[in-house]
Amino acid sequence: MRPALEEIVGRANALYEDLDFGAVTDWKRRNPGRKAIGYMPIYVPREIVHAAGMLPVGIVGGSDRLEIIRGDAYFQSYICHIPRSTIELALSGRLDSLDGMLFPSICDVIRNLSGMWKLLFPDRYVRYIDVPQNFDARVGGEFWRREIEALRDDLVVLGGEPITDDALNKSIAVYNENRRALIDLYKARSEQPWVFPTPELYVVMRAGNVLPPDEHTAMIRAYLDEAPREDREDKDHSRIVIVGTFCEQPPLGLLRTLERAGCWIVGDDLLLGNRWIETEIPTEGKPMENLSQAFIEHSTATASRYDAERAKGESLIQSVRDNEAEGVIFCAPSFCDPALLDQPMLVNALDREGISHTQFKYSEDTGQFGVIHEQAGTFSDSIRLWSEV
Amino acid sequence: MTNPKQPSSPGTIAEVRKEESMNLQKQMIGGHYQALERAPKEGRKVVYTFVPGNLTELIRSFDLLPVLPEINALQSGMRKLSGGYIAEAEKSGHSEDVCTYVKCDIGMMKKGNISPTGTKIPDPDLLLLSYTGCFTFMKWFELLREEYGCPVAMLHVPYQADGTIHAHHRDYIVEQIKTELIPKLEQVSGQKYDEDRLKESLKLSAEAEDDFVHVIESAKNVPSPIDAYFGGVFYIGPMFTAFRGTPEGVEYYKTLCAEIDERVRLGLGPITPDGEMTEERFRLVVEGPPNWTSFREFWKMFYEEGAVFVASSYTKVGGLYDRGFRHDPEHPLETLADYCMGCYTNLGLPSRIELLQDYINEYKADGFMINSVKSCNSFSAGQLLILRQIEERTGVPGGFIESDLVDPRYFSAANIKNRIESYLQMLEQRRKTGVAS
Repeated sequence: MRPALEEIVGRANALYEDLDFGAVTDWKRRNPGRKAIGYMPIYVPREIVHAAGMLPVGIVGGSDRLEIIRGDAYFQSYICHIPRSTIELALSGRLDSLDGMLFPSICDVIRNLSGMWKLLFPDRYVRYIDVPQNFDARVGGEFWRREIEALRDDLVVLGGEPITDDALNKSIAVYNENRRALIDLYKARSEQPWVFPTPELYVVMRAGNVLPPDEHTAMIRAYLDEAPREDREDKDHSRIVIVGTFCEQPPLGLLRTLERAGCWIVGDDLLLGNRWIETEIPTEGKPMENLSQAFIEHSTATASRYDAERAKGESLIQSVRDNEAEGVIFCAPSFCDPALLDQPMLVNALDREGISHTQFKYSEDTGQFGVIHEQAGTFSDSIRLWSEV
Repeated sequence: MTNPKQPSSPGTIAEVRKEESMNLQKQMIGGHYQALERAPKEGRKVVYTFVPGNLTELIRSFDLLPVLPEINALQSGMRKLSGGYIAEAEKSGHSEDVCTYVKCDIGMMKKGNISPTGTKIPDPDLLLLSYTGCFTFMKWFELLREEYGCPVAMLHVPYQADGTIHAHHRDYIVEQIKTELIPKLEQVSGQKYDEDRLKESLKLSAEAEDDFVHVIESAKNVPSPIDAYFGGVFYIGPMFTAFRGTPEGVEYYKTLCAEIDERVRLGLGPITPDGEMTEERFRLVVEGPPNWTSFREFWKMFYEEGAVFVASSYTKVGGLYDRGFRHDPEHPLETLADYCMGCYTNLGLPSRIELLQDYINEYKADGFMINSVKSCNSFSAGQLLILRQIEERTGVPGGFIESDLVDPRYFSAANIKNRIESYLQMLEQRRKTGVAS
């Protein structure tokens, strides 16, 4: 690997592997008196946290590198893995750099985790972010505006400084840049997945969980510049979209396994909150109204969002078409209610369109990939050898 | 009605009794299923909705008939039908990891949608998605929307993370009722919204709610005249389903109140399937829904040891009336909003713990039990912390059981019985020695 690319990917990997969130501690050291606010999947309006002069920190569990010692004592065996590793991170002091946590509504487990956090860490700021499921601007939009205004008011108290409209507009612009860079990265991968392999793309994207957004945007841009300079060749792989990975994240080994098994990942819902808003948010006028309107009108489709207008599977099929994918892999965490309850509807939609699919479950600490390799390899072969296309 | 029977448990007497209220409820539920079966012929429309946050008064004010899929599922569980329905759903691609109420309902639909009482349940004309306290509700009705192709009215109820009803939460719900629910109910029913009719119904609700609270609070007596969990699920039946806001509902609770008052006067314990409990040895508070597939067997594990549940959280999923809430006919839509937000599973964990703690103190409980069901993350996620917090705050020791709602594969009778017996022995030991064992 060329040194410039190695530096970018190496840094992203180091951030990914650092379960002590050293980047957050460093940021706080460089910005004395500033606060860091954690947030769980999927979507929170990070612009507001940023405008408060705070660092938004994405918390998505402990991956396969965290030994669960205390976390298992808080959850029954039939509950997914992300809450137990998140509790483990907190109880082991690894999240001590966080001054608060935001828990958006995604499922009952993350919802209840917000209450557990209040009980376990009574001195820290905790807020449940109840995103609307009504997408009428006058109803759900109004509710959401008042919810995010309440968040803003909380952060004013926590930070001890006002959050001006000007600061909010600037933060909106910063995150617009970040989303634009991510969209460019996804587009580039879709066109040349061998140039931007997903395990690399993933760690570069995930660096945004701990870096300030402008720094992260610079990293993505640098990666977009450097990756094509590497001598990488296309392979006889199938082009697939993975779906179900919007909350508990698959271990990096699983993403590597899929590609080694003959699947170019050309579309995914990994760390979906980064790309939740599918458009630029206006940077002038009333920022809270603009943030609210963007959520109501331009939220992405996913399992935890109610969509009264579009048929189930419509956006997945669109993603398959846009990315010229040949199949879909349902890749959901065990016991993930949103993903697993969504799956039969998505399967039906794909079947109606004649789109190939397969499915398996994972946990963030899955360590054995032999069976998945075999399954993904067979799936890829079946597409390559017997596809009607 | 009185049926002589030999006692099968040491803690009961030799008589199985059926009170008038039991017969009344049976007639009401049977009549409702029959009305549903006749609905297509009579041109009546049907609305499917959920127990927590149900808007029965509003639905009925349009002359629509409510169907509650959770009730069908639990009834299927009690009648040993759910295992087959779940298998049917899993065969068609539903994950083994997810809620068995959903799979039971989908399996029942695939097998012809025959109700647990044998009548045909008509397809929905509207799915009223009261999204209250349970994320799975949304997915459930999305799945049904796929199957039935009928309209959905979504009512998103904000979660009470901090235990406070905020004004903009109430406004949000009221606006949804005005702009989403009422127009769709009008469209389906062909009738205009009649607020006076809704108010009349809400008046009846409040009347029945007073009597309902009187019943569940009777468990403060020693001995308790009721089992507030296993018996409680019958007492909540009319209130939480199709009969809130109806004259039948009012009559049921008046009858029930009179029976309970008489039991208190006579100093009698709860009625169990094997007869009356004669000795109250343990007073317990319980968190979580019961198991339905082995309901009687599960109940027996407690009453044969002289253990009675004096308060439960499950009987609050359809509203916290005992904490003061009453439907207010003077503010019909606002009161519906407050009702939805106050249902138990819509409350944050700190509020749930405070409630359970209060129950232990108010009802003078000796023990605290959690029945953690695999299907329901809304209840289950966080229960191990609830257990610790309750123990720390009250000094009352907790017991923990795992089972499921309606999946018979997840009821391990021997293991559960063993745990219950050990737990109750420990309580007995504490009582004798005055120290924790």
